[in-house]
Amino acid sequence: MEITTLIWLAPLPPLLAFFLIILFTNRNNRLSHTIAVGAAGISWLLSMLIFWAAIGQPHFGEEHVFESAISWLPVGAGSFEIGVMIDPLSALTLFFVGWTVLMIFIYSIGYHNFGQPKGDHDHAGLPPHGAAVKHGDHTHTVPSIEPMYARFFAFIGLFAFGMYTLVVSDNLLTLFVGWEIMGLCSYLLIGFWYGKESARDAAKKAFMTTRIGDVFMLLGVAYLYTATGTLNFRAILHNEAVLETLAHADSGFFGLSAAGLIGMFLFIGAIGKSAQFPLHVWLPDAMEGPTPVSAMIHAATMVSAGVYMVIRMFPLLEAGGVLPALAFIGALTAIFAATIALAQNDVKRVLAYSTISQLGFMVAALGIGAYIAAAFHLVTHAFFKALLFLGSGSVIHGMEHGVLHTGDHDVDPQDMFNMGGLRKKMPKTFWTFLIGGFALSGFPLVTAGFWSKDEILADAWAHHHETVFWTLAVAALLTAFYTMRQITLTFLGKPRTKEAEHAHESANTMTWPLIILAVFALGLGWIGIPEHFPVLGGLLLPGWLHEFLGGTLLHHPAAIEFEMFPLLVSIGVALGGLTLGWLVYRNVKAGAPDPLRRPLGPIYSLLQNKYYFDELYDFLFVRPAMWFSEQFTYLFLDRGIIDGILHMAARFSYWLGGFFRNAIDKPIVNGFGDLVGFSTSDFGHWFRRIQTGRVQQYMLAAGLVTFIGLFFYLFTLQP
Amino acid sequence: MIPLSWYLIFAAALFSIGLYGVFARKNAVGILMGIELMLNAININLVAFWRYLNPTDMAGQVFALMVFAVSASEVAVGLALVISIYRRRKTIAADEVHELKW
Repeated sequence: MEITTLIWLAPLPPLLAFFLIILFTNRNNRLSHTIAVGAAGISWLLSMLIFWAAIGQPHFGEEHVFESAISWLPVGAGSFEIGVMIDPLSALTLFFVGWTVLMIFIYSIGYHNFGQPKGDHDHAGLPPHGAAVKHGDHTHTVPSIEPMYARFFAFIGLFAFGMYTLVVSDNLLTLFVGWEIMGLCSYLLIGFWYGKESARDAAKKAFMTTRIGDVFMLLGVAYLYTATGTLNFRAILHNEAVLETLAHADSGFFGLSAAGLIGMFLFIGAIGKSAQFPLHVWLPDAMEGPTPVSAMIHAATMVSAGVYMVIRMFPLLEAGGVLPALAFIGALTAIFAATIALAQNDVKRVLAYSTISQLGFMVAALGIGAYIAAAFHLVTHAFFKALLFLGSGSVIHGMEHGVLHTGDHDVDPQDMFNMGGLRKKMPKTFWTFLIGGFALSGFPLVTAGFWSKDEILADAWAHHHETVFWTLAVAALLTAFYTMRQITLTFLGKPRTKEAEHAHESANTMTWPLIILAVFALGLGWIGIPEHFPVLGGLLLPGWLHEFLGGTLLHHPAAIEFEMFPLLVSIGVALGGLTLGWLVYRNVKAGAPDPLRRPLGPIYSLLQNKYYFDELYDFLFVRPAMWFSEQFTYLFLDRGIIDGILHMAARFSYWLGGFFRNAIDKPIVNGFGDLVGFSTSDFGHWFRRIQTGRVQQYMLAAGLVTFIGLFFYLFTLQP
Repeated sequence: MIPLSWYLIFAAALFSIGLYGVFARKNAVGILMGIELMLNAININLVAFWRYLNPTDMAGQVFALMVFAVSASEVAVGLALVISIYRRRKTIAADEVHELKW
């Protein structure tokens, strides 16, 4: 089979699964998840085949890529094409998307309590509350199956289709289609438990916030199409003449070139999707969704899409000179989100902010031109962050087990201060979470996160971006610190609540994905070890990733010289952060406040309230918008003008109707009718008097009439 | 031979007597009798015209016979009505039976 056929087929199974589940099998949970996981499995298999074929090609990407396109939508002179294209970047992305999606699908089976009884008081739209089960002479509460189990698998199927479409598409338009499908699924899945008001609000917030970015992105796409007449990646990005023209054409806005303006628009799209400052506010709230969703959408795939798109369009952004903006936003987001993560207590929220921060790392890396480092971090981050999210889901699940056991529903199973000592209760979750956490912190040598993060720092140092370098170094220190804080609070020490004492290891369907992802979180770094790294450099795959991904670009980027200083900084911040985190949080007693609260003082509450960004946006945008819609649109425009016109028309019609009734209908039409009726009646009243009832008078009358008639006949009619 | 006009004058006189009886009598039986007189006056006319104008044709005699039959049945019905009214109201005065009106 042609490899392009496989590429065409790769996104389709999850879409098929979506329709099958939605239309036919949604009453059968087992069949639904079998279809969904089977579809994810087929897509995974196709992705691996494609990836395998791609890495087997010598100089893949430089001379040829796998591509195929058909005409889709005729417009004017040309037509929009729908097509697939696999180059080194998308091959690598396909690799991690295939793995994480499959793992998350399998994990969802356990997470939504498949095989458990139906809950006693469960409602669709609310998380399951548990079911009472009789066991001999006593009852106890066990987790109950998610009421909308099949629907969940349908939604994540559609989501996976969106992501695969985005990755394999060969032009910006189909990429945008996949992008928007994911936006929709993100909305549906964040609001999956729509019975909770917080979930509804979070879904709306996510949808509207990303919408701001998407509108700009669409503007960028439209402008790019107008300027070049094509949206195909290779046609634009592998064509120096086109890039040159775009870089020199004046856009007429802010003195930017056309490439600059398009680049800015696309970057704003990525800011929305990848939750960069200042559009980062939706992602933490998106943790309202079920945890597999957080892992899938908000760690491994959808938020990566923004960065993926920027990496994809990198030559255009470079030509347009917008890279300093990327560097600024990325570095700012990295440190800004890392500081917020320090003061969060919700186990998933910490991860949410760390995701924002890590995406900031990637964007900053792109901003300093470290194309390959950004892609590398994108891949490793997808694995270890999916692992961390799934691990946190497993922790929450274990804690919910404890809550069901004690029956005390006031205990928040997501608050890290309610946990502690879970290491012994949930060993598999603990070890995999530890691996994920160390990868996130960049624990030297053995974790994937170290290699990719080190690559970014080394690039920043080598290209003399000292500010970015030091900002990212501090952010990395904070990352290691809050990761260790999370691990220590959750797993180490002694249980701080009865619930934590009764926590329970999760089902196999949940732990196996964790273990597989943990393997990648450890081993994936090996593909990107720089060639000149001491000892390890030449050992396994010397500079393989650099060689492979470099083929995506027109000009193969030069490998940087190895330097000792950034490496030492990288190792220092990772180990320093981890050690500090452990030292500060190892002895937190039950009910004790965060040890950082006292020394940081007001800064702590500033961080805990996320720099008051939600409040600021509420004040700046939400309330003015509400005021505008209430006062202007509703009261003035709708009630005043539109209703006013309608009421005036109604009043005029009413008056006109009254006029017709009083001036025409009543006097003329009714009058005539009445006249006929009354006069007939009056005449009858008068005339009935001849009917006397006396038979002789009738006779007389008849006689008279006959006589007069006869007389008349005889004397006037006869000639 | 007695001329036709005599018969006609006699018949007219008889008719007028009957007509007067019908208009003037209060008694319902009297009214019926007046009607009989008028019918017989017509019979006289029919027979007289047959005899003087067209004696070969039988139509005049047949008409007269037809009028006898009709008047006999009419009197039978009329008298039955009068008796029925009398039984209910103890009167046979025509101007006292005047309920059939507006």
